[in-house]
Amino acid sequence: MVGYARPTKLSEALAALDRATATVIAGGTDVYPAHVGRAVPGDLLDISAVAELRGIADRGDHWRVGALATWTDLSRAPLPALFDGLKCAASAIGGIQIQNAGTLCGNLCNASPAADGIPAMMSLDGRVELSSVGGIETLPVGQFVTGNRRTARRPNQLMTAILIPKPAAPRAYGAFTKLGARASLVISIVMVAAVIEVSLAGVVVAARVAVGACSPLACRLPALEAALVGEPLTSALGGIAQDSHLGPLAPIDDARASAAYRRDAALTVIRRTLESLAANP
Amino acid sequence: MNDATAPIAGAEAIAFTVNGRPITVAAAPAKRLAAALRDDLGLTGTKVGCDAGDCGACTVLIDGAQFCSCLVPLGRIAGSEVTTVEGLEFGPLQAAFHRHGAAQCGICAPGLLIAATDLLRHTPAPTEQEVADALGGVLCRCTGYRKIVDAVLDVGGDDGGKVPSSGAAVGARTVKVDGIAKLTGEARFGADAVPTGALWLKAVRAPYPARFTVGELGPLRAAHPGLVRVLAAADLPCNAFGIYPELRDQPVLADGLARYRGEAVLALVGDRDSLALVDAGSVPVSYEPIQAVHGLDAAMAKDAPRVQADKPGNLLVEGGVVSGDADRAWADCAALAEGVFETSAVEHAYIEPEAGWARRTGDRIEIHVSTQTPYMDRDETAHVLGLAPDQVRIVPTTCGGGFGGKLDLLVQPLIARAAWLEGRPVAWVLDRPESMAASTKRHAARITARIGADDEGRLRAASVDAVFDTGAYASWGPTVAGRVPIHGCGPYRLANVRARGRAYFTNTAPAGAFRGFGVPQTAIAHEALIDDLAASLNIDRLEIRSRNALRPGDRTATGQVLGDSVGLAACLEALLPDWHAALAEAEAFNAADPRSRRGVGIGCMWYGIGNTAPSNPSTMRLALSRDGTLTLYNGAVDIGQGSSTVLAQVVADTLGVPVDRVRMVVGDTDRTDDAGKTSASRQTFISGRAAQLAGEDLTQRILRLVNAGADASLDLDGPSLTVTDGGARHRIDLTALPEDADGAVLAGAGRFDPPTTPLDADGQGTPYATYAFAAQMAVVDVDLALGMTRPVYIHAAHDVGRAINPTLTEGQIHGGIAQGLGLALMEEYLPGRTENLHDYLIPTFCDMPGITVTLIEQAEPLGPFGAKGVGEPALIPTAPAILGAIRHATGVRVTRVPALPHRLRAAIRDMERANG
Ligand SMILES: Cc1cc2nc3c(=O)[nH]c(=O)nc-3n(C[C@@H](O)[C@@H](O)[C@H](O)COP(=O)(O)OP(=O)(O)OC[C@H]3O[C@@H](n4cnc5c(N)ncnc54)[C@H](O)[C@@H]3O)c2cc1C
Ligand code: FES
Ligand code: FES
Repeated sequence: MVGYARPTKLSEALAALDRATATVIAGGTDVYPAHVGRAVPGDLLDISAVAELRGIADRGDHWRVGALATWTDLSRAPLPALFDGLKCAASAIGGIQIQNAGTLCGNLCNASPAADGIPAMMSLDGRVELSSVGGIETLPVGQFVTGNRRTARRPNQLMTAILIPKPAAPRAYGAFTKLGARASLVISIVMVAAVIEVSLAGVVVAARVAVGACSPLACRLPALEAALVGEPLTSALGGIAQDSHLGPLAPIDDARASAAYRRDAALTVIRRTLESLAANP
Repeated sequence: MNDATAPIAGAEAIAFTVNGRPITVAAAPAKRLAAALRDDLGLTGTKVGCDAGDCGACTVLIDGAQFCSCLVPLGRIAGSEVTTVEGLEFGPLQAAFHRHGAAQCGICAPGLLIAATDLLRHTPAPTEQEVADALGGVLCRCTGYRKIVDAVLDVGGDDGGKVPSSGAAVGARTVKVDGIAKLTGEARFGADAVPTGALWLKAVRAPYPARFTVGELGPLRAAHPGLVRVLAAADLPCNAFGIYPELRDQPVLADGLARYRGEAVLALVGDRDSLALVDAGSVPVSYEPIQAVHGLDAAMAKDAPRVQADKPGNLLVEGGVVSGDADRAWADCAALAEGVFETSAVEHAYIEPEAGWARRTGDRIEIHVSTQTPYMDRDETAHVLGLAPDQVRIVPTTCGGGFGGKLDLLVQPLIARAAWLEGRPVAWVLDRPESMAASTKRHAARITARIGADDEGRLRAASVDAVFDTGAYASWGPTVAGRVPIHGCGPYRLANVRARGRAYFTNTAPAGAFRGFGVPQTAIAHEALIDDLAASLNIDRLEIRSRNALRPGDRTATGQVLGDSVGLAACLEALLPDWHAALAEAEAFNAADPRSRRGVGIGCMWYGIGNTAPSNPSTMRLALSRDGTLTLYNGAVDIGQGSSTVLAQVVADTLGVPVDRVRMVVGDTDRTDDAGKTSASRQTFISGRAAQLAGEDLTQRILRLVNAGADASLDLDGPSLTVTDGGARHRIDLTALPEDADGAVLAGAGRFDPPTTPLDADGQGTPYATYAFAAQMAVVDVDLALGMTRPVYIHAAHDVGRAINPTLTEGQIHGGIAQGLGLALMEEYLPGRTENLHDYLIPTFCDMPGITVTLIEQAEPLGPFGAKGVGEPALIPTAPAILGAIRHATGVRVTRVPALPHRLRAAIRDMERANG
């Protein structure tokens, strides 16, 4: 491939990636800002015309979010309350211009420690679908992202979708809270995504809580999740979160906030996010 | 523009529709759409403020939806339909923007209009929240967003923008004289009208403070045949510039020693595409880090390395004001308050990065540049180039925001030198990270202050010691050090004052001029101390300010006796009902909701209009031509604040003609006279007065032609001018009068230099002819557990002397409030870490509180129709009011701004711990 290619078929895109290393470009909202004042170096594979990668679909036992699904697509999609957290994250990314262009898959592939999509997907137990000419593999999001801007994607693989399993419990709710130093257009200091599955009796049967920007990669809090199971869905859920549950966090000092603040704020935000889940019917 | 002759690597023919017109562009498909629109299609209405998705200035519609065109590969839009600002009809939306003065500098307007068009197509009658959500991806640094929201909510509203009748322009909400071009994409900013075939310039900048050597350039030139010249320090006839002729300490290109990260060491000149391919790492410069001085403590340390070899102790200057005997007066005080307050370096963050182009015309050089100060640019550039000032012509472009940051030379000398040597036009547009690394900042400051009062809260004595981090070069440091001691104790009656300002060099970007010249930093200190005194004496915070407010006839710390235009007490009185209501409401609110606590705060300020002490005149000329065109030759650049409109209003009412008759030539140093710089809030007062005098002069000349009395009236109707003098009517046929060289048949001129006197060793004298006064109150909610502050409401009362244009005056206040809010809560420039608009945060639509503006008009006899100034005063009281509100809500006295969530949370925790 030379320069820039914009295939219309997935097979062409995969073949191109197999021939030579190229920078995949979906919405371009991470690719271009990384090269201010100069051209994006190397070859570009623009996947925006590949129709197979569009759409958000109900596939029976799971939902499939295509690689080209933008934040705007997610905000507008008719999805159940399980997705409320993801939708909330989607509508807080940049302005409308960015939401119209940026994709969830691009957010995961870019693997910034401040990516809002990563904790949201961890809370949804999402699996990424990686395709290459050699076949398809799927990986849980937590294994796909391996570090600060590092992923398990091989250069010849394209992320074709994210798959979100349908919960076994009769009811499931999601919530997301983002903390930044200004009201909008802001990179998160801390973000928390939570999903709970609830029995008909109103008891939490499963919980997944993920925290971003407080460690090189976003992480789940298994001890907290375990503590939530068996609790009734009331605003008292918030009070269950304790400092002792934050073991996996390893926040750092940077220009946005101190490490101590991140840890302290994470607990507050976790509590409030859990509390907000009780507002569900 | 691309050099038309250069082949474009990897170009493809890409067909799409722009503004309804099918088009094919031959360009690299990975090229950013924004660049293709501007460079290949000449559609420069689409602006580039960051090239990173952060500012939204480049927003266009693609197939009906809004996108940042700086993030879209051109190849992607093959077959699509693109709409830019040029493709929008001038309709009710644009009319509403115009009517509300929603575009100040106007660089953000194209993006906003596109976003608003998108919104209104789906939601014809949006709510305020919907407007903020839909337009929220566009940053504006000038307006504080209020007028923009008002405009979008008022699309199709009553057209209040009618031209006021003769003699009624002053005080009317007339539309901006340069407003329409800013709403159609026609206005040409610094980067917009680069001639085809121009060479471009690219600077090589030091990655850290370092000694450096430049290696063999042959291989670089061989690798880039399009590179025609590399300029180094030795290529400049006089490689030094500065604000003060006796302090020209800044090299245009560093000479072996780069004193700060971002300092230019070489300038590459060549065709644009070739320069784009030069990788900074391939330029043979080797850097040896120096022992750098960072921060005030390091600069002031005993054995500190010298930033500039001839500046012992790293001290740039010291200024002071002493009156009475503060040391003795402390003993008489019933209450004392003291503290140390620190503020951060702040970036101007105008949405238009520095830009311009130059061309040589014989033995002269012509520079088209976005600037606040054409005449200083002319003189300093001439100095650097070794030319006489009249060999340099500055033609200001539309300026996409300045705020003090475009008062220093940046692109001017290098493009001029390159164009001089090459004989071809040379252009330079900085990108955002470069602009942020290279340009000046607001001085970071540490202010140690003490104020004492008697038991009735009357201030007895104050001392202020303000130290400023002035960066690697002097720039406007002396101005700050001089202005601060005068204003350092606040707008209060004080018999005993000891105030000192000092500026220290460090190895960081030079701190320069930024709206307020150090006064906003100091106001944070004195207002916190007044709150302390109120608390310890159990006096209401507004009341204690009223008791001490300067009033007409009072003597200031410099010994100046104030005249009649002293409206602080009236400002405070205007706030009083809201103040009490807000206090009561906060109490009720806090009783109900423990998570967020509401607080109310207040801040006062005064601000001397114009330069401190030295003469700073303005000259305006007014000419009438045969066809009846009235032209104001106006050397005062309008940087968006609206000086051109204000001057037109002043001229119109002076002559008694409708305001839309006044044409204007602005800023061109060949065609106007020196009006001084657009800074220090001086243009309305000083140039306004000069314009009034020019109008009076022209009127006199007309009246003399027909021997009419002084109260005769004029009626200008094309080439015929009618003078009505009592019952008598005289017709003057302009076509019959002889023309001068400028084509004028009648002309008038006015010059005004505000009466000031130099300050003596104790800082005694009359540094300014008049002062603006203001009080603002703020209501904020603080989330205690997270340390997050949300401003809810601000009421700003400003004594402006006379609001020549209330819409523009409010716009200045809104914009000042936004910048004050940023200073208080979020803005902190850290070299290398916050050099873009996603890490450096400025307020967005969603950060702005509700704002009420009350204009107090205590006429200033020297000013045009009583006017003073408002540009800088607008932002000074905001941070103190917000910090006072935070304290009221939480009990925490913030001593370091910005009060980022982690800082405020830490302070709240410390206080909770201390209280057990
Ligand atoms: C102004 C602004 C504000 C923002 N605010 C936020 C925010 O608040 N929170 C947040 O999390 N993010 C934010 N972002 C970043 C966010 O827009 C991106 O992370 C976005 O979601 C990435 O999607 P994209 O399609 O634009 O990715 P691109 O830029 O196209 O690609 C991103 C990376 O992923 C790779 N890639 C993309 N798609 C694939 C694929 N299918 N297979 C393999 N590799 C792929 C690319 O090669 C590249 O390395 C912001 C960006 C901007 C410009
Ligand atoms: S230039 Fe595109 S968003 Fe700033
Ligand atoms: S008017 Fe919006 S940036 Fe100047």
